[in-house]
Amino acid sequence: MNSNLIQNLVKAVGKENVLYSPEDLAVYSYDGTFAEGRPEIIVLPETTEQVSQVVRLAAEARVPIVPRGMGSGLAAGSIPIPSGGIVVCLTRMNHVLEIDTQNATVSVEAGVITADLQKEVEKHGLFYPPDPSSIRHSTIGGNIACNAGGPRCLKYGVTGDYVLGLTVVLADGCILKTGGKPIKDVTGYDLNGLFTGSEGTLGLITEALLRLVAKPQFACTALADFISLEAASRTVNAILSAGIVPATLELMDQTAIACIEEAMHLGLPTDVEASLLIETDGGDLQAVQREIEACVKICQDSGARSVKLAQTEAERSSLWKARRSISPSLARKAPNKLGEDITVPRSAIPEVIQRLREISARYELPIVIFGHAGDGNLHPNILFDKRQPEQWAKAEQMVGEIFEASLALGGTLSGEHGVGALKRPYLEKALGPVSIEVQKQIKRTLDPMNLLNPGKIFSA
Amino acid sequence: MDNHIDLEKPNESAYLNCIRCGLCLAVCPTYREYLNETASPRGRVALARKGLEGELELSPNLIEQMYGCFACMACNELCPVGIRPADLALSMRHIQEQLHPAGWKQTLFQGLIPHPGRMETATWPLRVYQRLGIRRLVYALGANRFLPAKLRDLEAMLPRLPQRPLRHTLPTITEARGQFRYRVGFFLGCAQNLLFAEESAATVRVLARNGCTVITPRETECCGMPARGYGRLDLVRSQAQHNIALFERHQVDVIVTDCATCGSTLKEYGAFLRDDAEWAVRAEAFSEKVRDVSEYLAEIPLEKPAGRVDARVTYHDPCHLRRAQQVWEQPRSLLSMIEGLEFVELPEADWCCGSAGSQLITHYDTSIRVMDRKLDNIASTGAQVIASGCPGCQMQLITGIKRRGLPVRVVHPVTLLDEAYEASNE
Repeated sequence: MNSNLIQNLVKAVGKENVLYSPEDLAVYSYDGTFAEGRPEIIVLPETTEQVSQVVRLAAEARVPIVPRGMGSGLAAGSIPIPSGGIVVCLTRMNHVLEIDTQNATVSVEAGVITADLQKEVEKHGLFYPPDPSSIRHSTIGGNIACNAGGPRCLKYGVTGDYVLGLTVVLADGCILKTGGKPIKDVTGYDLNGLFTGSEGTLGLITEALLRLVAKPQFACTALADFISLEAASRTVNAILSAGIVPATLELMDQTAIACIEEAMHLGLPTDVEASLLIETDGGDLQAVQREIEACVKICQDSGARSVKLAQTEAERSSLWKARRSISPSLARKAPNKLGEDITVPRSAIPEVIQRLREISARYELPIVIFGHAGDGNLHPNILFDKRQPEQWAKAEQMVGEIFEASLALGGTLSGEHGVGALKRPYLEKALGPVSIEVQKQIKRTLDPMNLLNPGKIFSA
Repeated sequence: MDNHIDLEKPNESAYLNCIRCGLCLAVCPTYREYLNETASPRGRVALARKGLEGELELSPNLIEQMYGCFACMACNELCPVGIRPADLALSMRHIQEQLHPAGWKQTLFQGLIPHPGRMETATWPLRVYQRLGIRRLVYALGANRFLPAKLRDLEAMLPRLPQRPLRHTLPTITEARGQFRYRVGFFLGCAQNLLFAEESAATVRVLARNGCTVITPRETECCGMPARGYGRLDLVRSQAQHNIALFERHQVDVIVTDCATCGSTLKEYGAFLRDDAEWAVRAEAFSEKVRDVSEYLAEIPLEKPAGRVDARVTYHDPCHLRRAQQVWEQPRSLLSMIEGLEFVELPEADWCCGSAGSQLITHYDTSIRVMDRKLDNIASTGAQVIASGCPGCQMQLITGIKRRGLPVRVVHPVTLLDEAYEASNE
């Protein structure tokens, strides 16, 4: 990288916000996956104007940019590209700018940690529902760029459902503002929708205006254990078909439960094939209790071995802490994991689980299954050791088969992680040539020099 | 690295299974200040791995990242995989000292710190400075204003030093008051001896009042934590051997300390000497006897203090007590025994205060930033007193409170218990 560009970057954002020691480059080369790619320089801007200047400088020098938050992504979307480039890390833009209690909105910078955002708005009795498992170690900017989901999305919807407006730095450094406080807005194209989930390929999201809802006052949580995984997956449909919409309806299989138990010692049963974690919430305690009791009854009728209601807030929060740590605790079983997030129509859940188990048996590598069964979003995780080439080869083939199974049942490649670099090879099969071409044209229009996170989602 | 096959280095299980999920970023005091991956546990684990596997050079900057860790162990406790990033950072410091030993560390950690007599001589000018009224004069003239900020903070960090180190005034044997029940060894730490002598005197009084005959050997050496922090595990082992043999001679039931840092290190002697055939069993037996004073007082029947302490009190968890020793309920329940004392829980009570031993000296800016977060929390409680059983934390809190002008007294929790006992005598 030429020293002129480095000097100009330092001028734009300050010396303390530009990093390029070998150690800095090494730690900005990864995210929450096994993938790596070394950047040439890291910039940590503190304002939208600084981001704009950085993008302008990069565009002049024709150097690509990879935007990044806390680096917890699971699709290698923020991994630097092979030729290096600039990582623009937005973690230092971490201010909550305004909480508007009358209109129930919050305005934030992209680097605010999502859990901090939730804590801030809850002080005002408001609620930001999306709750990716990485809620404490991911930023709202990253959540929007990947349209993150989470357990509660079953009832409340995904990140994108809360985006009212965005500030986006475009490929030429221009600052675009979309949307606003009105809930309804059909003035022009839905640019919020375009940038949400665009994974940094169309622009850098630097600020967001988000819709909030009233904080539900009550929640009831139940854990149901099933001797058979099939029975558990059928129960998911039975609950939803009964007209109940729990806040969350999570499934974990035996290996997932065993990993949590090993990490956290909560006394979970490790001899059952699956558990369902069900939570109902709302503003009326009786209604919330009635709903959870109905769920408990359906579980029992569907063959649950036992159903336990969390009696205290501490019990409830430890169940959720357990759920959130499944994915990382899998590493106790193997050095590497490949976690997918296929999503199928919910009627197909029992069938897709059956197929996942067949794939695992055929390749003789474990696939751990857990996820947001209520909205058909599952996280099959392949456990393997990347240092053993034949295991790595198998894992890659298994991913292909998992995607095929999902697509064959009317599902998608990704419900909430995004495509990034890891799912790119499968995109054509999922979307077809017409859809891909439309998306590429959008990309070319907004980023004609292909400098924004090039090579992610698809090759332009 | 292959040229150094004799090197004592971490097993690959210390880093191999890190899946880089990033959970540890949320709880790391240095990451939360700088929001920079290089200052995060995940970053340090990645650097350690790349350094050990030869992908990166073990450069001064790489090792500096290991010294950037405040060793609060919040990441150790959280990691769902079981990686202990803070421990790994300490191991990396040890590797550096094996490859390129620093001469000044030899002088400091072998020549000076283990020897209480030399430490007392070395700190004599400070006692003179405070005792002869020079400090008062400096403050009255406002001369401290002319010190650079960093030096001013270090000056403020010093509590009022005792006239004489406690080692010279505390008898080797303090008999139990009333009925004799336990024979307790007291490990008098360096900081307690030199800086917080009155606190340790109070600790011994409280133990004696509750049926303990307290043996305080004068020949203890430093517990070893400073040497460990600077990568000299070899010196820690020799200091451990000295202390183990010393306490063996006194034949005590338990070994009590009122310093969180000493306690955490003494409890690790078993682990440090695990592979030493001559010492392994003895070290393990020693470590099993070690108790923090609040931990021990919770194990024995205690006289309910008849006196009162009328104050709003909060409590800061030293990392070396809460995470290293899993002791957090005991100090709180000691405080709750005291009549008149209104206990208020400190938000983020277990968040590092920024002391981490000597980080205020070596990593001044970071230490101040971490401390500011703690001070905001202390101010929010409206407490008049903050209790914490660690001299490192206490010095840091004294500095911060003075900087900000908060009307808050910093004290060891057992000192408050002692005051409640003493008040009933009056």
